[in-house]
Amino acid sequence: MKADQTRPGRIAACAGIALSLAIAASPAFGQGTVSKIDPADTAWMMGASGLVLMMTIPGLALFYCGMVRKKNVLATMAQSLVCTALCSLLWFAFGYSLTFEGDGPWLGTLQRAFMRGTSMDATSIFAATIPEVLFMFYQMTFAIITVALVAGSVADRMRFSAFVWFVAGWLIFAYVPIAHWVWGGGFLARAGVLDFAGGTVVHLNAGVAGLVAAYVVGKRYGYGTDNFAPYDLSLAVIGTGLLWVGWFGFNGGSAFGANSRAAFAIITTHLAASTGALTWMLLEWWTRGKPSVLGMISGAVAGLGTITPASGFVLPWHGIIIGLAAGCICFWACTSLKLRLGYDDSLDVFGVHGVGGATGTLLTGVFAVAAVSAGPDSTGFSGLIDGNPGQVLVQLYAVVAVILWSGAVSFVLLKVIALLVPLRVNQQNEIEGLDVTQHGEALQ
Amino acid sequence: MKLVIAVIKPFKLDEVRDALVAVGVHGMTASEVKGYGRQKGHTEIYRGAEYAVNFLPKIRIEVAVPSDRVEAVVDAITSAAKTGQIGDGKIFVTPIEQAIRIRTGETDVDAL
Repeated sequence: MKADQTRPGRIAACAGIALSLAIAASPAFGQGTVSKIDPADTAWMMGASGLVLMMTIPGLALFYCGMVRKKNVLATMAQSLVCTALCSLLWFAFGYSLTFEGDGPWLGTLQRAFMRGTSMDATSIFAATIPEVLFMFYQMTFAIITVALVAGSVADRMRFSAFVWFVAGWLIFAYVPIAHWVWGGGFLARAGVLDFAGGTVVHLNAGVAGLVAAYVVGKRYGYGTDNFAPYDLSLAVIGTGLLWVGWFGFNGGSAFGANSRAAFAIITTHLAASTGALTWMLLEWWTRGKPSVLGMISGAVAGLGTITPASGFVLPWHGIIIGLAAGCICFWACTSLKLRLGYDDSLDVFGVHGVGGATGTLLTGVFAVAAVSAGPDSTGFSGLIDGNPGQVLVQLYAVVAVILWSGAVSFVLLKVIALLVPLRVNQQNEIEGLDVTQHGEALQ
Repeated sequence: MKLVIAVIKPFKLDEVRDALVAVGVHGMTASEVKGYGRQKGHTEIYRGAEYAVNFLPKIRIEVAVPSDRVEAVVDAITSAAKTGQIGDGKIFVTPIEQAIRIRTGETDVDAL
């Protein structure tokens, strides 16, 4: 039984190693061209990359693990850890190239597989003043956290081996194409979709995948009857702090420069987080009688996710409006919608990131103001309030495209993985806990 | 010899310990337990999901005493642990067949 389950993994690993050695054989360092690399931009983007990686480890790891039951805390962290490690390698190998190299409408090329052909002076057309390898690394941290987000929906019950397969497959078939479409010059970018830091690519994408996964993997044993109270919300609060601050790298870094637009993005982001937290807090106070800590952090994260696509296109005070919308809509999604539709999305990935990402993407079409995104090569992008109501429809187009692709790919991928290995742990292991049964470890 | 087992509210532990020292008891075992009787639990709500928490934190202390001191010990615990509110706890007295002090090998009353 055990040998059968590791056999597909071992074959895949051998194939991967052979392929890598073949492609990476000669690291080609091309001739240096006139370097446009700006030290300030580079320094900021290095810091921003670190901030975004910190959002996954330990930000998301803590945020999630504090909310599951004690017996699954380590397993939840393992998901963030393996996402980081595996996505890093796959992104470096071919993920980056397929997303950002080449100009096909659907997918890029393998020209930059293993970053071959790059040089000390090379830059990407998408970030002309920082080293190309840094741009690749910054984008890597986005890929990592998007995949790690999906884990939240299937927490407490997904088999670790199935999850590892899912990480690899979902990165390749869901994240890479969508990122290319919106950010890599693909058909959505050409249609004029505005997504500053990942409302569609990261949040809606992960949210929809999470929803599909929650349905396919099924509800947790005892859902609705047993006590699923969070293990330690103080860990979740610490995680929220790391996410909140890290988001300044996530949104601020998406300006790809140490400039005013980055500063505006950071401020707008912070205001949205603050407003989201207050909104959820007040809604709970009103409907439940007490403002919970879980509500405050959920509201903050909802605000952060929702402002993400808009942060470099709107004015700071719009961040307050968008944060307010996020607090209200995500609150409704996590309390009402979830119960009505009857799915078990353990950590509300769909309710917060999916719904928030879609909302933020649409609101970007409303509030985009050209002055914020104007620069030497562009007059900026306008939304409804700036005289371009059609932008909202363009945004809707992106939302629909991402929902369809992410949903379909996630569904098919999970079904294919289920042919190799069961998606869930067996019921006995689920009751005993994933820490001990999947990893042989336990909190003492 | 008797084993006096008392389940009390956690914040009463120090008071009960002091009262027992006053009646000449110089050792006890305390453990953190959960329990309920007539004091019902409460509900907690996490993002739309409501859980009934029936088991409340309590402290369980165990004191081994010579039979002639049981009454004094029970009275000491009762007056120290009592608040008058529901959930004050209970005391049980059970017989001890044997007691041994591990370090010296003393038995029965000499071990207490």
